[in-house]
Amino acid sequence: MALLQIAEPGESAAPHEHRLAVGIDLGTTNSLVATVRSGMSVVLNDVQGRPMLPSVVSYAADGVLEVGYGAEAKQSIDPKNTIISVKRFMGRGRRDIAHIETLPYDFVDAEGMVKLKTIAGIKSPVEVSAEILKTLRNRAEASLGGELTGAVITVPAYFDDAQRQATKDAARLAGLNVLRLLNEPTAAAIAYGLDNSAEGIYAVFDLGGGTFDISILRLSKGVFEVMATGGDSALGGDDFDHRIFCWIIEQAKLAPLSPQDARLLQTRAREAKEQLSQHAKASITVKLGSGEYVDVVLTTEVFTEITRTLVQKTLAPTRKALRDAGLTVADVRGVVMVGGSTRMPQIQHAVAELFKQEPLNNLDPEKVVALGAAIQANLLAGNRAAGDDWLLLDVIPLSLGLETMGGLVEKVVPRNSTIPIARAQEFTTFKDGQTAMAIHVVQGERELVADCRSLARFELRGIPPMVAGAARIRVTFQVDADGLLSVTAREQTTGREARIEVKPSYGLSDDEIATMLKDSFSHASEDAFRRALREAQVEANRLIEATQSALQDDGDLLSTLERAHIDEAIARLQAAMAGEDRRPIDECMQALGGATNEFAARRMNQSVKRALAGRKVDQLSL
Amino acid sequence: MTTFDLDFAADHFTLFGLPRAQALDLGNLEKSFRAIQAQVHPDKHAHAADSDRRLAMQWATRVNEAFQTLKSPGKRARYLLHLLGHDPQIESNTAMPAEFLMKQMELREAVMDARAAADETALDDVRSGLLNEIRADYARLAELIDVARDYAAAADLVRQLMFQEKLLNEIDDALEAVTA
Repeated sequence: MALLQIAEPGESAAPHEHRLAVGIDLGTTNSLVATVRSGMSVVLNDVQGRPMLPSVVSYAADGVLEVGYGAEAKQSIDPKNTIISVKRFMGRGRRDIAHIETLPYDFVDAEGMVKLKTIAGIKSPVEVSAEILKTLRNRAEASLGGELTGAVITVPAYFDDAQRQATKDAARLAGLNVLRLLNEPTAAAIAYGLDNSAEGIYAVFDLGGGTFDISILRLSKGVFEVMATGGDSALGGDDFDHRIFCWIIEQAKLAPLSPQDARLLQTRAREAKEQLSQHAKASITVKLGSGEYVDVVLTTEVFTEITRTLVQKTLAPTRKALRDAGLTVADVRGVVMVGGSTRMPQIQHAVAELFKQEPLNNLDPEKVVALGAAIQANLLAGNRAAGDDWLLLDVIPLSLGLETMGGLVEKVVPRNSTIPIARAQEFTTFKDGQTAMAIHVVQGERELVADCRSLARFELRGIPPMVAGAARIRVTFQVDADGLLSVTAREQTTGREARIEVKPSYGLSDDEIATMLKDSFSHASEDAFRRALREAQVEANRLIEATQSALQDDGDLLSTLERAHIDEAIARLQAAMAGEDRRPIDECMQALGGATNEFAARRMNQSVKRALAGRKVDQLSL
Repeated sequence: MTTFDLDFAADHFTLFGLPRAQALDLGNLEKSFRAIQAQVHPDKHAHAADSDRRLAMQWATRVNEAFQTLKSPGKRARYLLHLLGHDPQIESNTAMPAEFLMKQMELREAVMDARAAADETALDDVRSGLLNEIRADYARLAELIDVARDYAAAADLVRQLMFQEKLLNEIDDALEAVTA
């Protein structure tokens, strides 16, 4: 397709070269990074050949931090400064976190999201997650031998807006260009569906370390359509460990534990759970720091019994998702098992019983999400081979609404709506002469605001004074393809528009991100200024590549004059890129963006028309 | 330049290349939807310039909205009548034939009783009866709009159907509560 490419000397501007893109499964317990290499999706191992990176970050007084196995080893020595399962804190306030009293950390209450006090200072879950992502990014860049174009980061399908925003912030902080936030079950469905050329209705049952998702998808002719999704973003293998942990304490009649002993026992509990996936019983023997001995045997029967309610908690959302999709178990062609926790036999049995069929376990449940994410990243980065094309239609997992009088929720975007989606709702004043209005955006299925997740509060001012009920305030919700929300409001009776853009309150502001980035640079060898310049250059290069590729494909949509205008904007940007200052680069990028707006609109129009024309031919040939 | 605005603002039927009618081939609608979404979806423009990505999101949003509207016969009828200049005035016009209202009240009572008694079978019976009625009414609606072009009668029927759909939702909620 690319017949001719004009590149500046020394620049690799060929738009069809292979771009380095990865898929990252940022898990509660373990994280992985994968990429597509010679047409195959593969997990990238660390230098010791290990695929997993334990999602553990350990901070030390000297500022040196460890991530992964090294950090894991410090768990029982320094539990307070060794953060495990940080995913459970992403976008979460203190009251949202289960068993918070048993956790060894010093929590600091912050607006919207908790923070952790460590020996290296106060850390937000976003910063901790960014360390994990940075480690994976370094692994990928070392392994692939170059800078990454972008990454697809997976999130539980049932993650709400706060949790998604936190994940995206963490990726930005790790210096990753996020091509897409992808729902974990959807990623698994891509890997499974493409591998098996599956067609029909499939359920993806994804029980990870800390989250549970169920997605019902329809796979047909290269379209992966999520019909409904459900789950519990605070239910996972950790909870099964916790039940064993409590059971051990009860059996061994232990006195209250020190943080070190508690962590040690939690580790033993997890090992016992893993053993029970292969064997009928597991013995737990451990000498605690307190001098007490623990020596108990856990059988599969007892394990099943003490975790029965947890298993039930996965089945209710599964039934609900099926109902939401308007389907019954008889419609489901296969159930794909995802996540290490689905190895537990009681989960396998429960799923088989509910769906009246044996679940599919032919892809490694711990790798399939990363593999699917890598396949999607490869496509999004533009490395698509001929015929290598599919479409993902995902949904929003939880309804979005606004607070109305009396603390009630008015739903604006219902759950399971295909994204991207926008909805507008009109509101009015309830007092004469009212000039301001408070708007409170929430997410959840419950009727009371107090029972839903608060996403954003803002005040709309400058409403012209009128009698009650006369003002018309239009609030628009836009959910993008990442499942992220933005809200706009405007008053429209008098033609005077009060308009504001809202960023959800828990999200980090650009300033906060900048500060965090600067902090991390003070430890790094590379200086912040050079890095910012380099990033601007990479970004500018990407824009020029995209524009040139568009000109090559559809240049005929432009008049000679229009074309000259765009070419000039490109030339200016290229000149700015050669300089040592990022500001003119940003300005020229803006200018080029502006110069190509109309061109982009015409191209999109043309492609829609072509799509329809193609359809008419199809219909004729039928 | 107006080319873009014209197409983006085209009505839902034109967007999918379908005739403006209440009777609609859902298979064709779905094929058109997928063909267009395959072009405009943000995933197809992930590595493009910012302006393209913004545009892709707007288009994909627009196409999703159009698809959801046309897929549902109730939403489709309301939208079509609006295009034809006969807005059914769902909010303001609540006049219904007395006979229809009586029937609805009886059904509603039956649902409440069955819910209180946790009687799944009774709920299922009411549900399937109502579903049959709704289906027949939608067939009649397509006749009224596409053939008889009696838009006033169609608007009346649309309002009644909304009533029935709401009742259907209530039955579903009741069934959910009873079977949970």
